Amino acid sequence: MAVIQRIKKPTTRKGKKVLLAKEPKPIEGPKQCLFLQGRNPSERTRKLLKDIYDLKKPDAAYLSRKNDFVPFEDASLIEKMCDKKDAALFGVGSHSKKRPHNIILGRTFNYNILDLIELGAENYKPMSEFHNMKVLAGLKPCLLFNGPAWDLNQDLKRLKSLFIDFFHREKIETIRLQGLEHALSFTATDEGVIYLRSYRILLKKSGQRTPRVELEEIGPSIDFKLRRTKLAADDLYKEACKIPKEAKTGVKKNISRDAFGSKLGRIHIGKQDIGKLQTRKMKGLKKTPEERKQMLLKKKAKKSVNQTQITSIN
Amino acid sequence: MDIVNQILLNEQKKAEKYKPITVDKHLDLEFDLGTLLAFDTNDVDSKLLKSNKDDYLHSLTRDNTQLLLNKIWELPTERIDEAIVVRLPQPTTVLPRAKPVPKPRPLTKWQEFAKAKGITKKKKDKLQWDEQLQKWVPLYGFRKAAAEKEKNWLIEVPQNVDPMTDMYEKKASEKSEKVAKNELQRLKNIARARKVKIPRVGLPVTSDKASATQLATAATVAKASTASLGKFQDKLPKEKEARGKGVHELIPGKERKRRAPIPTPQAERESNLNLLDSILNKRPKIDMEKAVAKHIHNEQVMRSEEKKNMKPSKGKRKGKGNATNFSAKKPKAGRGQRNPNKKTPGRKRR
Repeated sequence: MAVIQRIKKPTTRKGKKVLLAKEPKPIEGPKQCLFLQGRNPSERTRKLLKDIYDLKKPDAAYLSRKNDFVPFEDASLIEKMCDKKDAALFGVGSHSKKRPHNIILGRTFNYNILDLIELGAENYKPMSEFHNMKVLAGLKPCLLFNGPAWDLNQDLKRLKSLFIDFFHREKIETIRLQGLEHALSFTATDEGVIYLRSYRILLKKSGQRTPRVELEEIGPSIDFKLRRTKLAADDLYKEACKIPKEAKTGVKKNISRDAFGSKLGRIHIGKQDIGKLQTRKMKGLKKTPEERKQMLLKKKAKKSVNQTQITSIN
Repeated sequence: MDIVNQILLNEQKKAEKYKPITVDKHLDLEFDLGTLLAFDTNDVDSKLLKSNKDDYLHSLTRDNTQLLLNKIWELPTERIDEAIVVRLPQPTTVLPRAKPVPKPRPLTKWQEFAKAKGITKKKKDKLQWDEQLQKWVPLYGFRKAAAEKEKNWLIEVPQNVDPMTDMYEKKASEKSEKVAKNELQRLKNIARARKVKIPRVGLPVTSDKASATQLATAATVAKASTASLGKFQDKLPKEKEARGKGVHELIPGKERKRRAPIPTPQAERESNLNLLDSILNKRPKIDMEKAVAKHIHNEQVMRSEEKKNMKPSKGKRKGKGNATNFSAKKPKAGRGQRNPNKKTPGRKRR
């Protein structure tokens, strides 16, 4: 991993470190996210992106400067910024008469746009309007998808995957039970309206081991309307979803450990052909020349019989 | 009995105090506990959603969260640093990666060679004892250059070298050459890994003098480096084409693909029969244009010969021009009959 396949060598040690950190790895960490402002972002889109940024915080960057670009027509700026910040997820906010309060969410693969989904924020209540205790930053939320539309509509299916990508944070092995504090609910209707709600989970006593769940809304609460989409082709998406060998968890067969912890392997050996086994050589057991001749003749006869059979079958 | 009833009653009261943790759903939810995900495929009540949106979503989410947490609480728990944690299973939702899966790094030419020969890297000590300086000197890096400087405060000029050479300069140039060679090899390895075709280098750039074989190679390569791969180049008397290991690859147009070995005896038989057929069935090919041209030429020759034979029988007249036989046409030159010995009068030019 120490060598970078690149014509121009990094000049500084730090530069080399940066380049090495940017190289693709078999098992990736959490995806970084960028939030950009498009052309004329409205107050609502600005606040909304900020709220999503707050939810995503350690793995996100919020860029407040306006950018004069249209992601659906030319996404090169996004690709450039993602390359610069080493991000794979992005959100762009813009506002126009035709598409009021426009939020574009998307992701990249190898710094090229993979998915672009445009959502209109129809109703929005920011986090600051809910006057209560919020959850800790960096918590892994429970994701709840409601409604059959998530599975039936192709765009929504991809959007579901995108939302999971945005909010699932990171693959983890263990989780603290008291740390299950945040629930994000995505409800889709058949008309393409998506209700995003965010709750704090309160664990109450139930008289049993499993607690009773109560929820308290902490915001943001957004009603999205699905607008345009630009989804990756299936083959590209499939390539992006490739699982590296290192991450595959297959059960290794025929390996066991004994009580002392030493590794035992069971191997398979084919059946031994005893007929061909070389036993002790003796002069007396040698074949005479006549015997050998007869053997040859026998073989030949067998062959010719076989051939005649084959021809007759044909 | 009184006590038993009392306890039972108490228990019942306690149970009533708590709300239930069970939820009834028409269709079961799909869970992915690895990503803490639950997917409810039950129909959304659109009427309730319109009339009382927030409360409906709240209750729906509560139910689903309860179901998800019920599942999570069933998982095996552990105790890590006085906190109770559950071990989550592998996530089942496949999400696209940010960058493609890295391919195994291609081996360099040396690594390939070492692998084929079974050469393994030997670990060298970072410090080595220097007898001359009587101290430990690093193999490379920090304090190596200083040690080297201290050691080489004087360099002897060898007998076979011009006594006026600057040995320090020579050493520096040798070093820089080594660095350049290393860099070239690094770039070549990158090009090889990316399958980029690089222009071949005819000769290794060496110091002032080249050997006879190198010169011969250079001459051969240069001769073959024309557009027609040296087909029309003249040869010097006693000129020999350069030969040797690696020369053939350098000469343009000499690379030939080796034919793949024949896989089976049947295939070999077939190919040989095909070859034989192609030889036996060879029919003379007729080049139509050539044949027509030849035919026309023959006819022309015949006609001209006939004309030659015919002329003397008719030959009463002397000279070509006929004053009496006046025609409007201008007198013309030889009329196609060429005879360099005969002087043609031609048209009078004024």
